Amino acid sequence: MSTLTATLPPAGIQITTDSATEPFWLAAKENRLVAPKCADCGTFRLPPSPFCPNCQSQNVDWVTLSGRATVYSFSIVQGLPGQPELTLAAVVVDLPDAPGARLVSNVVDADPGAVEIGTPLTVDFVEIADGWKLPVFRVAAVAGAAGG
Amino acid sequence: MSASGPFDTAIVGVGATPYYRRGGSAPQTITELAGKAIIAACEDAGLSVKDIDGFAYYSGAGAGYGQSMDTATFMETLGIPEVTFSAALTSGGGGSAGSIGLARAAILAGDATAVVTVMALQQVKQRLGTVFGAVAPSPENSFLQPSGLVGPGHLMSVLARRHMHNYGTRREAFAEIALSSRENALTRPKAIMRTPLTLDDYFNARMIADPLCLFDFCLETEGAVAVITTSAQRAKDLRREPVGVVAAAHGGVREWGRAFAWYGMPDEYFASSGHAPIARRLYDRAGITPDDIDVALIYDHFTPMVLMQLEDYGFCKKGEGGPFVESGAIRYKGGSIPVNTHGGQLSEAYIIGMTHIVEGVEQIRGTAVNQVPDAKLALVTGGPAALPVSGLILGRMA
Repeated sequence: MSTLTATLPPAGIQITTDSATEPFWLAAKENRLVAPKCADCGTFRLPPSPFCPNCQSQNVDWVTLSGRATVYSFSIVQGLPGQPELTLAAVVVDLPDAPGARLVSNVVDADPGAVEIGTPLTVDFVEIADGWKLPVFRVAAVAGAAGG
Repeated sequence: MSASGPFDTAIVGVGATPYYRRGGSAPQTITELAGKAIIAACEDAGLSVKDIDGFAYYSGAGAGYGQSMDTATFMETLGIPEVTFSAALTSGGGGSAGSIGLARAAILAGDATAVVTVMALQQVKQRLGTVFGAVAPSPENSFLQPSGLVGPGHLMSVLARRHMHNYGTRREAFAEIALSSRENALTRPKAIMRTPLTLDDYFNARMIADPLCLFDFCLETEGAVAVITTSAQRAKDLRREPVGVVAAAHGGVREWGRAFAWYGMPDEYFASSGHAPIARRLYDRAGITPDDIDVALIYDHFTPMVLMQLEDYGFCKKGEGGPFVESGAIRYKGGSIPVNTHGGQLSEAYIIGMTHIVEGVEQIRGTAVNQVPDAKLALVTGGPAALPVSGLILGRMA
């Protein structure tokens, strides 16, 4: 089966925000991947939360990241109730320019067999419900060849 | 082995409803199922339901996901005159074994004398298998839910993948856990799955969240189980031979934290069960080592998490869980540490960890269907899940 990986149907994907997480989603609307970095000790954290878990500071610098990521681990979800044809590459990614922080996302438009631990990725954004955008990832192009 | 009785508290009664496939317990309600289990546990103990004066729940007194249990409702419907303790461990199924520690704490504090722990589960309104895809997204799980990891098994498949990557663990190891559990269920009258499972069946099964297939997932069943804990002193006068609470512990370390509800664990914790700190405390308190455990009732919602618990509880070294189970070590017949002699949640029934406590009690009483000869110490675990996870060691009173 050569079905390319996708996301859940985007129009059905909902998110909610609070004061700690809203800047992440507002940046995504502008196609920017950001992460909160403690303004006092420099520790990155995701998901965004009210305190730095290292020094308990509430001062945050929102850092715009390069969008590069690598697959830390993953699962290939083959069909969901009511959506038997869906193939998802659900990934936990490391973010090289936000060390210690991870995101849970999807690799899209890939052959499921092309996703491995260590695979380099780049961010993209998908429109979801209520005007928000969701960061997703694509297999990074390597040395002039199209990835994925 | 230094863990010998007398102990301060004991399990004196266990009771359960029949186990049902999803939807099969209707038209009974959660309160009715739980009430039947409580009455059965009291009868087993030789206590009146009116003797119950404490409730020690886990999973926030939730009945599965989306329903709940309530002490006042039980008092009203069962005719319990007065309750002097009513509390629950937080989070989910990780607290199952630890809820007996909560009961023990109430008894040792003098807050209650006969404490019931109960879980009842129905899955018609919301099946557990896709529970995380069904709840409204909070700001926190807006960072998880859109990925399509809709249930606990989908989430734990990502941990299993990392274990395979780090240590070379094979699907054959996960298969062995499923096959061994099934073999144990074949002789169990109450077990839901009583037909043999072969390696071919396993490898031909539908992949749900690769690397996990259908048989790596536990059953989606219904029913209720209740357990009565009292002081060791009172236990002496009751109907059944008391089963001593040798040690109980719940909690965990920040590195495990919300676990697969976020995936922030450092690498040394990611491909683990989060149980290593619980294991250390249990063994310290009991004054024993893994070699002293005669039978292990390991919370088995998903096969790889059994393997990772075997590592965290020290039955084998970290990373060697695959070859360990593939050697036949966990088999009831011929294994060095029989695991889930009741068939577990994979093949008997899933009541969020309670069936493991019942099997631990029956093994120590010497009345188990698949009895481990002369079993003196039984390990029971709850979780892996978001903290707390928990463990319990049961033993003979003398």
